[in-house]
Amino acid sequence: MTSMERVLTTASHREPDRVPLFLLLSLHGARELGLTIENYFSRAEHVVQGQLRMLERYGHDCIYSFFHASLEAEAWGGSTIFKEDGPPNAGPPPVKAEAIASLVPPRVAEQPGLRRVLDAQRALRREVGDSVPIVGVVMSPFSLPVMQLGFDHYLDLIFDRPDLMQRLMELNGAFCAEWANAQLAAGAHAICYFDPLASPKMIDPVLYRRYGAPAAQKTIAAIAGPTATHLASGPCLPVVDDLVATGTAMVGVGEEDLVAVKEACRGRLTVIGNLNGIRMRSWDEAATLAAVKEAIDAAASGGGFILSDQHGEIPWQVPETTLELIGEAVRAYGRYPLTGGRG
Amino acid sequence: MVTSCYSGNAADDLDSPPALLLESALIGMDRLAMQQIYADSGLSPLCFCEQVIAPALSVIGEKWDRGDLSLSHVYMSGRLCEEFMEQVLGGRSPFAGEHRRVALAVLEDYHLLGKRLVGFVLKGAGISYLDYGTVGAQELVRRVQRDEVGVLLISALMLPSALKVREVRDALDRLGVECRIVVGGAPFRLDPALYQEVGADLGCDTASQVLLALAQLPEGKS
Repeated sequence: MTSMERVLTTASHREPDRVPLFLLLSLHGARELGLTIENYFSRAEHVVQGQLRMLERYGHDCIYSFFHASLEAEAWGGSTIFKEDGPPNAGPPPVKAEAIASLVPPRVAEQPGLRRVLDAQRALRREVGDSVPIVGVVMSPFSLPVMQLGFDHYLDLIFDRPDLMQRLMELNGAFCAEWANAQLAAGAHAICYFDPLASPKMIDPVLYRRYGAPAAQKTIAAIAGPTATHLASGPCLPVVDDLVATGTAMVGVGEEDLVAVKEACRGRLTVIGNLNGIRMRSWDEAATLAAVKEAIDAAASGGGFILSDQHGEIPWQVPETTLELIGEAVRAYGRYPLTGGRG
Repeated sequence: MVTSCYSGNAADDLDSPPALLLESALIGMDRLAMQQIYADSGLSPLCFCEQVIAPALSVIGEKWDRGDLSLSHVYMSGRLCEEFMEQVLGGRSPFAGEHRRVALAVLEDYHLLGKRLVGFVLKGAGISYLDYGTVGAQELVRRVQRDEVGVLLISALMLPSALKVREVRDALDRLGVECRIVVGGAPFRLDPALYQEVGADLGCDTASQVLLALAQLPEGKS
């Protein structure tokens, strides 16, 4: 099977030849090319080369065309702070609550940072065609305000100004759909809809159902391709039914009982997860194999599962040897049919 | 990691009906009930901080840690307590028993929610602190030395920021500055051994655990 066939099969809740592996690597491409992280993300061709080299090196099943989340903050007037050893971070929040009433969403075509991502996706699609899924990324309308306003001011808005909150969801939803569809048109096969605030760990599910879920339903319906909702390390179990209702096809899960998550999602959502990227920094060979086996045993039976990390981005500090070991372990241990009635 | 002194409902461990009532009022965002609980308690502002607000926020933090509440509950509970304290005290510090100088900072990051949550807990318990906001490692060390900080609280959302704590620890040690470091935030929750790796004295899973950390930390250098 090609990676695309493998992923489509598991997304149909059937068992492919082996468990698909998504190494959601954005930063390690810089190390492949011997560049600083800031330099690496300054040109689309760097990311293209980085992704292709990592695809070859690790033999995993996706191209991750994500640069960094703060590109969206930049589009709304924010800035990016580059670090030598981690993901570029959003600078001070660019939006004030009182400005929301007259706020206008940015246009994707006018944003140099977003255009670089589209350039990379076009080139990557030319390189891999439909053999490997190219994953694009958007921040959800409900979670983007953490970068737009700052988390505390965003919570103040939710509680104090429901009128402005509704308007912000509409503005963000329109931008999110335009940004997702631009990526699909450029070459992405699917969109990772990052929505960490959908997790009950972050936001009271009552509030998610009032604001986040309706925004997700409307936005995902406007995205002209499949989506995977990612909770970026947050648990998802109490909102699985809500996520299904948004129309998303997959869920990226965090630190929680993978057996229970798979059972709740079986036949409805493909589960993506949930290796701990923070602990992965210090895994030796035995710990790596144990983590891969544990996840496969918990969730791979019957398909509907993609092995990945739990945050949607593997930390810079994770060594390449560990990533190679993960790839080898999946190829050795993740063959279907799983032996011994696992899963 | 700090281990909790509270678990379950407030009344289970504290034998303190006002704390239980306050916990309920905070989760329900009921400002009027909060005022009534204070009035009925007959306590001074400082006693109300120590005996009612701090335990209630601790239980709310523990419930978040267990997955029974959301961060939005924790934030709004803290915000209500902060508003209440400002209203009752009119900006005066209630002077709780913590005599060491405490400072609170975020390392090279503009995600400030964690710091604000810790600030709510400190204020709620009547503990004054220096708010350093977002600072770099070198600047943080300079301020700690200048201000003779005894306990430095660092909140981190991103792994690189968490790893920077090691730089702060080493610099303070080189300077011979006797300062305890307490850390908290997502990377430390996801890897319970990380706080030791970066040289912190304690790690907190929740903002409210900072009170127990302050109580557990002895005077002097780590």
